Amino acid sequence: MMYYSRSTMMGVLGVCLLGLLLCLPNFMKAPAAKLPWRQIHLGLDLRGGSYLLLRLDRESLAADRLQSLEDQVKQALIAKDLGYRAFRKDAASRTLSFLPRDPGQEAQSLAALSALTGSGSDVTGKVDDGRVVLTLEAAALQQRAREAVTQSIEIVRRRIDGTGAVDPEITRQGDDRIVVELPGISDPEHIKRLLGTTAKMTFRLLANDTGGSIAPPGATMMEDVSTHAMLPVLDHVAVDGAALTNAAASIDQQTGEWAVTFSFNRAGARAFAETTSQNVGRRFAIVLDNKVIEAPVIRTPITGGNGQITGNFSAQTATDLAVMLRAGALPAPLAVIEQRSIGPSLGADSIRAGAISLGIGFLLVIVFMALFYGRFGLYANIALLANLVLMTAILSLFEATLTLPGMAGMLLTLGMAVDANILINERIREEVGRGRTPLAAMQTGFQKASSTIIDSNATAFLAHVMLFVFGTGPVRGFALTITIGIVTTLFTTMLLSRLLMVRWYALTRPTELPV
Amino acid sequence: MLSRPLLRFVREDKHIPFMRGRYAGLATSAILSLLSVVLFFVPGLKLGLDFQGGIVVEAQTKGPADFDKLRHALTAHGISTAGLQKFGGDDDVLIQLDTPASGPDQEQATQSLVDTVRHAVVEAQPGTQVLRADAVGASVSSELFRNGLLALGLSLAMILVYIWIRFEWEFAVSAVITLVLDLTKTVGFLAITRFQFDLVMVAAILTILGYSTNDKVVVYDRVRENLRKYRTMPLRELLDRSINETLNRTLGTSSTVFLAALPLAIFGGHSLSGFATVMLFGIVVGTSSSIFIAAPLLLLIGEKRLRRNGGQSA
Repeated sequence: MMYYSRSTMMGVLGVCLLGLLLCLPNFMKAPAAKLPWRQIHLGLDLRGGSYLLLRLDRESLAADRLQSLEDQVKQALIAKDLGYRAFRKDAASRTLSFLPRDPGQEAQSLAALSALTGSGSDVTGKVDDGRVVLTLEAAALQQRAREAVTQSIEIVRRRIDGTGAVDPEITRQGDDRIVVELPGISDPEHIKRLLGTTAKMTFRLLANDTGGSIAPPGATMMEDVSTHAMLPVLDHVAVDGAALTNAAASIDQQTGEWAVTFSFNRAGARAFAETTSQNVGRRFAIVLDNKVIEAPVIRTPITGGNGQITGNFSAQTATDLAVMLRAGALPAPLAVIEQRSIGPSLGADSIRAGAISLGIGFLLVIVFMALFYGRFGLYANIALLANLVLMTAILSLFEATLTLPGMAGMLLTLGMAVDANILINERIREEVGRGRTPLAAMQTGFQKASSTIIDSNATAFLAHVMLFVFGTGPVRGFALTITIGIVTTLFTTMLLSRLLMVRWYALTRPTELPV
Repeated sequence: MLSRPLLRFVREDKHIPFMRGRYAGLATSAILSLLSVVLFFVPGLKLGLDFQGGIVVEAQTKGPADFDKLRHALTAHGISTAGLQKFGGDDDVLIQLDTPASGPDQEQATQSLVDTVRHAVVEAQPGTQVLRADAVGASVSSELFRNGLLALGLSLAMILVYIWIRFEWEFAVSAVITLVLDLTKTVGFLAITRFQFDLVMVAAILTILGYSTNDKVVVYDRVRENLRKYRTMPLRELLDRSINETLNRTLGTSSTVFLAALPLAIFGGHSLSGFATVMLFGIVVGTSSSIFIAAPLLLLIGEKRLRRNGGQSA
């Protein structure tokens, strides 16, 4: 306990020096090239910005799957010359059911669907009370949701990049959630609108009969966003928006209004050319998320694979639509379920408040230690300073995010860090009181205090690891700094401040200890 | 040069018979905790945005805030139930709203409400800056609440298990009972002071528990050591001795933590000062409970067992 080998000493001092070096990037403006440059990131609460929590609409995902299942089922039944009626879909219970045309054909119908319900598929079939019931597996749907989230993250990233936001962070949370962090954007209204649109674009013909208010078979009534008229749009999709390769906002040469120009890939261009040449004179609807943006009459076949949408756009809405079309459609709608935004001035205030508190707290502790523990208190203070440096270094190394609660965590760590030093000092003092020589007192003091220090830090460590693992939001930042703080505390008190005390003893060989 | 300590809390030769006040200590603690439990139900905790859901918008108006104008603008936008409040300076306004009535579009309605409020305040007083705008949907808030309690429960369980492994079960049980008593008092403090109970407060409570445990472990550690050292000393005398021996350390550490948290309570700004104030309260409670609750409980629970086994413990 009283002996440090040269290498241990060098090691301890080396770690402190390394810590000091790692802290430096945080205080410099421009990063040095070709050096491992790692900095602490400021949390949104300190630098200002927005946090959005999005949830993928699982029910719509189930509804989409049920819709495609219905089409498959109908095809399979028609192929076997079986009839059906009264189709019923329920997204919440993930079921699709129908009645065979003739009662008694349930088993036959189910057999006809064996390709859909066979092993390895995500559908199970059964007959229930005269109805044929198909159920989507919950696990398969879960998997589908997970994939949809992965896909959505990519699309969300592309959409946000399209707005020019700086350093957005987009991460998955759990099975069906996405966290979007936008530093510097304190009003996320625009981004929310951009992400709240699925942007599923399709090109479909209108039904010939456009007079009535009830949709003819094979068509659905949809609202025209500019005229608010209800139009019968065919369910058959002539060209899908997925076939777009590019889209841009532009000004229409003739009318001077904002428009979105787009171009198709080869397959899309062919399908577009085919549809427009076969249907000259009919109205062709551009549908975005089940709303008709415009439905012009086809005057001449469009074969170039390029087109233009004009639909009462402003500069902003045209740009937004172009961004969304370029980024692609979301596999399912995303809903914002939590948002937190902080303006830059409040963030700056928080940094100031945190820094002032940290500074004063540090000062108070240092003065206390000097008054109550004398020379050894000063050593404890040096260790405390090293502790602060090492904490900053580790946070920088991990490129951790520092939040306001995180700063509070640092402050509390400083308060608790001196505990180990106090324990050692009190122990040595007791041993001196028992009449031991300075050497023996320090020896036993270190030894006996060690087990207590380990015990008390282990409990705190466990509690805060729990907090980090199960906590959310601000709690995590707080738990993180304290957990790191406990580790640096153990290092600085058990090794550094003890080293200082031992060196002092070795150099002066005192007959009395300053305790 | 400062070499010897200038100040000291308690002189070494001083021996305070703490165990004499064990019943008084336990009774006081029990009464305070009972009162806190009552306060937990009436008036109850003031749930913050994290756990309650709804929206909070903090705005800074250009010139002094005109509440009538603001309220009028909000009503014009269909928001009539908003709570408007001044905080800080004359130009700081806090607008709070509960989540809209439940329905299929509840989540969406909550989120769009924030934008409506933003527009309304800027309309009412042009030049207004929105400093903070938070909206938490109902599903998220109930989840956060669940997670917060889970973290709290798991931390308590971990502490129990750790002390159980490192010490005897008597120590673990007394420690956890003491922690629960500390916890209830903190909750009572929250109910009286009307601080908002949110995620940050959960962190505060957990830190208090961690600190309080730390304090108990140090005293228990000394008790364990003394049990080995003085094999015939009655437990009561032994506990007194252990507390006195560790008294300077107990007061020293709680002072430094107190001093570290104090500036945060004063300068931390309104988001952290509540947190720090609760911390300060917790430090006082945690320190005193180590002496007046944890040790007497150990005496009650372990008087026969710990001493009959003599040196077997530890």
